[in-house]
Amino acid sequence: MNLITLSIITLAVIGAISALILYAIAQRFKVEEDPRIDQVESLLPGANCGGCGKAGCRNFAESCVRASSLEGMLCPVGGNAVMKQIADLLGMEAVEATPRVAVVRCNGSCENRPRINTYEGATNCAIANSLYAGETGCAYGCLGCGDCVSVCSLGAISIDPVTHLPVVDIDICGGCGACARACPRGIIEVRKRGVKGRGVYVSCVNKDKGAVARKACNVACIGCSKCAKECKFDAITISNNLSYIDSDKCKMCRKCVDVCPTGAILAVNFPPKKAVATTESTPQAPDTTEAQNN
Amino acid sequence: MNKFVVSPSPHIHSGLSTAQCMYGVLIALIPAFLVSLYYFGLGALLVTVTSVLSCVIFEYLIQKYLLKGRPTIANGSAILTGVLLAFNLPSNLPLWIVVIGALLAIGIGKMAFGGLGSNIFNPALAGRIFLLISFPQQMTTWPRPANMPMGLDGETGATTLNILKYGSTDDIINIDMIEMLVGNAGGSFGEVSAIALLIGMAYMLWRRIITWHIPVSIIATVFLFSFFVTIDQGIEFALIFAELQIFSGGLLLGAIFMATDYVTSPMTRAGMILYGVMIGIITIVIRLWGAYPEGMSFAIFIMNGVTPLINNYMKPKRYGEVVKNG
Amino acid sequence: MKTFKIGGVHPQENKLTAGSPIVAAPLPQQAVVMLSQHIGAPAQCVVEKGTPVKVGTLIAQANGFVSANIHSPVSGVVAKVDMAADSSGYMKPAIYINVEGDEWEDSIDRSNTLIKECNLDAQAIINKIDEMGIVGIGGATFPTKVKLMPPPGMKPEVLIINAAECEPYLTNDHALMLAHTDEIMVGIEILMKAISVNKAYIGIEVNKPDAIALLTDKARSHNGIKVVPLKCKYPQGGEKQLIDAIINRQVASGALPVSTGAVVQNVATAYAVYEAVQKNKPLIERVVTITGTSLKNPGNYLARIGMPIEQLIEAAGGLSENAEKIILGGPMMGKATANIQAPTGKGTSGIVVMTQEDAHRQEPSPCIRCAKCVEACPMGLEPYLLSKATAMGNYEVAESHYIYDCIECGCCSFSCPAHRPLLDYIRMGKGKVMGIIRARNANDKK
Repeated sequence: MNLITLSIITLAVIGAISALILYAIAQRFKVEEDPRIDQVESLLPGANCGGCGKAGCRNFAESCVRASSLEGMLCPVGGNAVMKQIADLLGMEAVEATPRVAVVRCNGSCENRPRINTYEGATNCAIANSLYAGETGCAYGCLGCGDCVSVCSLGAISIDPVTHLPVVDIDICGGCGACARACPRGIIEVRKRGVKGRGVYVSCVNKDKGAVARKACNVACIGCSKCAKECKFDAITISNNLSYIDSDKCKMCRKCVDVCPTGAILAVNFPPKKAVATTESTPQAPDTTEAQNN
Repeated sequence: MNKFVVSPSPHIHSGLSTAQCMYGVLIALIPAFLVSLYYFGLGALLVTVTSVLSCVIFEYLIQKYLLKGRPTIANGSAILTGVLLAFNLPSNLPLWIVVIGALLAIGIGKMAFGGLGSNIFNPALAGRIFLLISFPQQMTTWPRPANMPMGLDGETGATTLNILKYGSTDDIINIDMIEMLVGNAGGSFGEVSAIALLIGMAYMLWRRIITWHIPVSIIATVFLFSFFVTIDQGIEFALIFAELQIFSGGLLLGAIFMATDYVTSPMTRAGMILYGVMIGIITIVIRLWGAYPEGMSFAIFIMNGVTPLINNYMKPKRYGEVVKNG
Repeated sequence: MKTFKIGGVHPQENKLTAGSPIVAAPLPQQAVVMLSQHIGAPAQCVVEKGTPVKVGTLIAQANGFVSANIHSPVSGVVAKVDMAADSSGYMKPAIYINVEGDEWEDSIDRSNTLIKECNLDAQAIINKIDEMGIVGIGGATFPTKVKLMPPPGMKPEVLIINAAECEPYLTNDHALMLAHTDEIMVGIEILMKAISVNKAYIGIEVNKPDAIALLTDKARSHNGIKVVPLKCKYPQGGEKQLIDAIINRQVASGALPVSTGAVVQNVATAYAVYEAVQKNKPLIERVVTITGTSLKNPGNYLARIGMPIEQLIEAAGGLSENAEKIILGGPMMGKATANIQAPTGKGTSGIVVMTQEDAHRQEPSPCIRCAKCVEACPMGLEPYLLSKATAMGNYEVAESHYIYDCIECGCCSFSCPAHRPLLDYIRMGKGKVMGIIRARNANDKK
């Protein structure tokens, strides 16, 4: 009897002491947290895809609560609907974000840009880029080692086995820009997503003089500025022998596509042109458009 | 026009490949294999062939159909696992148990962790320990060597280790050391001949497949530790006892071939020595005071688990770490 | 026999051209002189299209402290100042010179007479070296004058001459030592005077017994110069390894080598210093080992800087069908190039032509944690870990394991039985970590 009482008392004392210690530690190391973070997190899809550019949904929720404005914050999976809910919760102005999408601005497939040497180093664009100009004569174009593929947490980019160029699946891409940051050559740009994924862009980043660029690649931009002259919306600028179309200004009239002598400007995801229109376009452009879509 | 190859430096290579390392170990195992064929005959051959074949087949199947990767059985690591597993088994073990051992070694010991290079435990050892626990009866009934060149009667059931553990002082002193060195003793068939195993070690050291750190530290620790725990029974006895500990059971096979497995042993010299010393101590502790007469497998297995920790704390000596200017 | 203490490998030496004399290579029709042939800021061009130049005319001026003058290696007329693809294929600024004849500046003493006496004081010697555009021509191309002017508070105690030539295939330093022993000795004395030390060691690997014998013999008549035979082990000629081997001191992580009291100069640099100080000759030509089993006439060629690689290979017998890799420098640390029109630079110590079998890397397989890279690393690092941390983007781990100490010698990749591209990743990770550290330091200062 005595033994049982003693054991009960001992255990009770041990329990009490442990509880006190735990309580003290919990108080001492308590982390104050804004309760709104949990609320915002519960609104998010919880996929932890990283498409927003943050480490995960909770991290995104923390940034939303901390931020003074929701400008530039977008959950690509939840879209504007979720952002509206978050804005209401936090009592902030909802900022209607323009949906964006990653665009690969290089069309140097094996056909367009012949390989003049073989790379045998580690399969990593950053390593190849710091080593040399690449397997082709173009020192600006895609190296094809897939750094963009490995950073995409949504699996939206893959390397095309035929062209060896990255292809963005626009249905999955959330426009977070991780691939653009990973590309050592700045080939990938996050651009405004057009209706039904339509887009017009210069698929080249080569800054060499026209002749040099053209020698390395059939579809290089030679900086001839024909497109800039054609554009009525001031969307096209030429610098460093390279044309650039501002996706926020572009009205997608596609006039530039037709005048480009090398077919460096691509128009993607447009419905096929009517029979009358096809005769006007250069034969190269529609082909490359196809390659980009697939 | 020449199409040149471009790669970062270095542009030359030592020429040593993973497969060469694996086959080098296999070559080092040949003397022990020949000795066991001589003593145990067909049984040893059957167990080895079964074990190797099933290891290779399981690895191929798992890589091809479960992991959907390119099978890499050509690098010889599955063959090596098979041989090492077989060497740790009695020569009269039913073959279906050998197949189960191979499946456990490759499937759970290796592939479940991600294949060659990712496994935490030595696969052959994992297979053996699974079998030892699942089939204790079959795994610890060793035949006496069948081929008796010296005309001895092979009716003794107890192995040297059993004598060392349970026998009297006289029993221990009467053990014939020469017989043990050449391999005329009971046990799993790969571990019986100390000389053949030492030849294998010499070959691997010569070809620089392994460094001396692990085997030497294990053997030295076993010797010193068992010497000092029995020193109260006289120095002469302690010496014999310590020597017998080294040459009996799976100690040499373990120290030379199992503990030195690249994947599961530490990366630095200091780490290797710590690892070897700990294996030696745990082995003797199990042998003398544990429930099993043999502790080598368990000792290596435990230290395999500690290896990542050793790698974390035992760092190589860096250049310029201690600046000695003056 | 002396050697460094940690790691190292011993690749097949393959010194096909050992013992072959120095042969003058033909002049190019057009020389392309890159403005960045040294570590540091590219030089500033001081000529323009149409400027007539002679051999030795200053054509580009050092741009800052860590930079170097560049002189015309040929005589003729500047064709254009434009971009040119260097050996990596990237466009870099360069001066194109159309070659006409071979007329040298009058100030250059072209005779073979040995001038032993040097009456200049230390500062004057350094100024001369600076003026003549001398850089470390062992391969690193660090401006020599910078190394001769240690930061305040550091006092050089000894000069170490790097004649180890531990890279396989290369024999240019060996050939130079045999041909110009006396000049090298005078060059060493000048260097000793420049940093005011009275002790110099010449470290040579024992695979060059003739050079060791010759130099030891000559060193008897020179006070304070001693030849140290070194074990054949790569990277014996690494600056840090050489200091460890010869004076048994180690450079602390992040510290300058001169903190150990040693200034290391390549033996070819010593020869260039002799020519600059005693003969007024700028660095416009150098010995290049052109080698490879497929070449008809492999050898040590005295070639003008700015000569297209292709023409140099042509001089050595031309490319064969099975030539698949061209390496500038040695095979352990040299750079492979796809652009054989690229010109050579001050640092081009060799051109190695690899054929089919040797040219290719093997397919990498998983790491088996054999620890051979750890064993081989001469800096005592853990290459398997650094390479993995970099590949995973975990730069904190890479930094906490001293990735910035890597000297990029290639011992790890060389010894990896799984043929993993360890150094490829470590080199990238090192760059990233150095960037992170710089950014952090800049932040701390604010």
